Amino acid sequence: MNEERKGLKEKITNSDIWKSIFRHSYEDTGRRYTLQILQNVWLHLHPPRISRHALHFRFTWCMGGITFLMFLVTAVTGVLLMFYYRPTAEYAFPDIQALEFDIPFGMLLRNMHRWAAHGMVISVMLHMFRVFLTGSYKKPREFNWAVGVILLLITFFLSFTGYLLPWDQLAYWAVTVGTNMARATPVLGHEGPFAPPDITQANDVRFALLGGTIVGPSTLLRFYILHCVAVPLVASLLMALHFWRVRKDGGISGPL
Amino acid sequence: MEPFLELIKKPDNVPILAILFLIPFFLWLSYKQARQTDRTGVPSDAALNDKVYVWPYLCRNEFICAIIIMLILGVWSIMIDAPLEEPSDPAKTPNPSKAPWYFLALQEMLVYFDPWIAGVVLPGLIIAGLIAIPYIDINPKGKGYYTLKERPFAIAVFCFGFLILWIVLMIVGTFLRGPGWNIFWPWEEWDPHRVVPLTNVNLSYLFGIRDDLTANFFGFAVVAGYFALGPIFYFWKSKSSKFLQELGLIRYVVVSFLFLAMMALPIKMILRLALNIKYVWVTPWFNI
Repeated sequence: MNEERKGLKEKITNSDIWKSIFRHSYEDTGRRYTLQILQNVWLHLHPPRISRHALHFRFTWCMGGITFLMFLVTAVTGVLLMFYYRPTAEYAFPDIQALEFDIPFGMLLRNMHRWAAHGMVISVMLHMFRVFLTGSYKKPREFNWAVGVILLLITFFLSFTGYLLPWDQLAYWAVTVGTNMARATPVLGHEGPFAPPDITQANDVRFALLGGTIVGPSTLLRFYILHCVAVPLVASLLMALHFWRVRKDGGISGPL
Repeated sequence: MEPFLELIKKPDNVPILAILFLIPFFLWLSYKQARQTDRTGVPSDAALNDKVYVWPYLCRNEFICAIIIMLILGVWSIMIDAPLEEPSDPAKTPNPSKAPWYFLALQEMLVYFDPWIAGVVLPGLIIAGLIAIPYIDINPKGKGYYTLKERPFAIAVFCFGFLILWIVLMIVGTFLRGPGWNIFWPWEEWDPHRVVPLTNVNLSYLFGIRDDLTANFFGFAVVAGYFALGPIFYFWKSKSSKFLQELGLIRYVVVSFLFLAMMALPIKMILRLALNIKYVWVTPWFNI
């Protein structure tokens, strides 16, 4: 029986179909551990080997990885939420209510999306704090630190644009308060210092952001598109750059 | 007490409660390691050359970490519902109107500076300053391990900015700000009609200057003098300090400007809270 099973297993793993999908064996050798990383598209940004101290939670706090995980969670739950949500002033709020009361697991979906977004803001701040405390921004990683700062801003902006979408009082006024600052931009905002006289409420930098003089339906559409398409695209590209540079700048920092 | 309990129970404030535990924990964790390194010295190269395979060792850690985090997120999502208030109504302004929690440090700055500084210039300087850090910190030590002894200034400045000016102000904005953006302590009732006497005066007024033009020049002198402290210190010390010579004038000017700009916030806070100073420098175009 055992012999038969072994024969069957070998038959399967030696078949052309199996070999076309899985390029390496599963024996316990260093060669296979290396191939496991090199030949896997999802893992290939890792180096085959790293120094032991980089494994320790007390060194990395896992915060960069958690940030990425939170991004993935928001991406998956966000796509699912998009099936049920219309970014117009008359439908946005009822659609969220429908998510909460009518759609199976709609509330759970919305909760996961919101808490993962908040979690991402926390973890990205702690990640920056850890990278600073370990001096990991120092030569040759200066540029990657700059990319990381931009990614931090993008995380805030993603969270902020998403904050408006439920279109309730909380969302509306948080975004009103948040975008009011843009009025005071020097030169480009109509209440800012040195604003030329032809900069008005209806053509300043805040108008460009809101698509109106107050937060309104066009703001909702703008924030929706920024939140679901534009900013995630930029974030993905910069994340690819960020991870690539971690690898190319000599891997995770260590005492050398 | 009730408004404070309401604030604590707000689902969107859960992240801040989490931060209240996470920040002290990670501070303790990093402090412990910094002390260890400072006592026993930097780990030797031998330890560094001790390499392990990413598969399975790192991938296993990542997998376990992902499972634990997903568990926490799952429990969090089942236990606490995302908030949904009444439909938006542009005619009904809540008091206080608060930005999302991660912007509350910025909103807090609005108390002390005009919007163009608090909302535009200072955030811009924060971003520029963060990006500049690797280029102005020329200390080659402390790369890849926790330490306090080898980079005390860098760590002190960053911790002050991050922990006090960002996290603490965020917590103040979340839990202590009530109607009219006035401070309400946890045991106080929120009184929307509280009258706060606006007795703030400008710095020049405090010095007995009553005429606008003199006040304008006085304010300019104070602000310019403040930012000139950096270069003055450089020319006073650069002959004798090897560190300043290595840093160079340009890097030094950037460091001192960013540092003084950061310290302007706590200084303005103290001036406002202790001496009721409104503006330091008043001009027809802008006020600081």
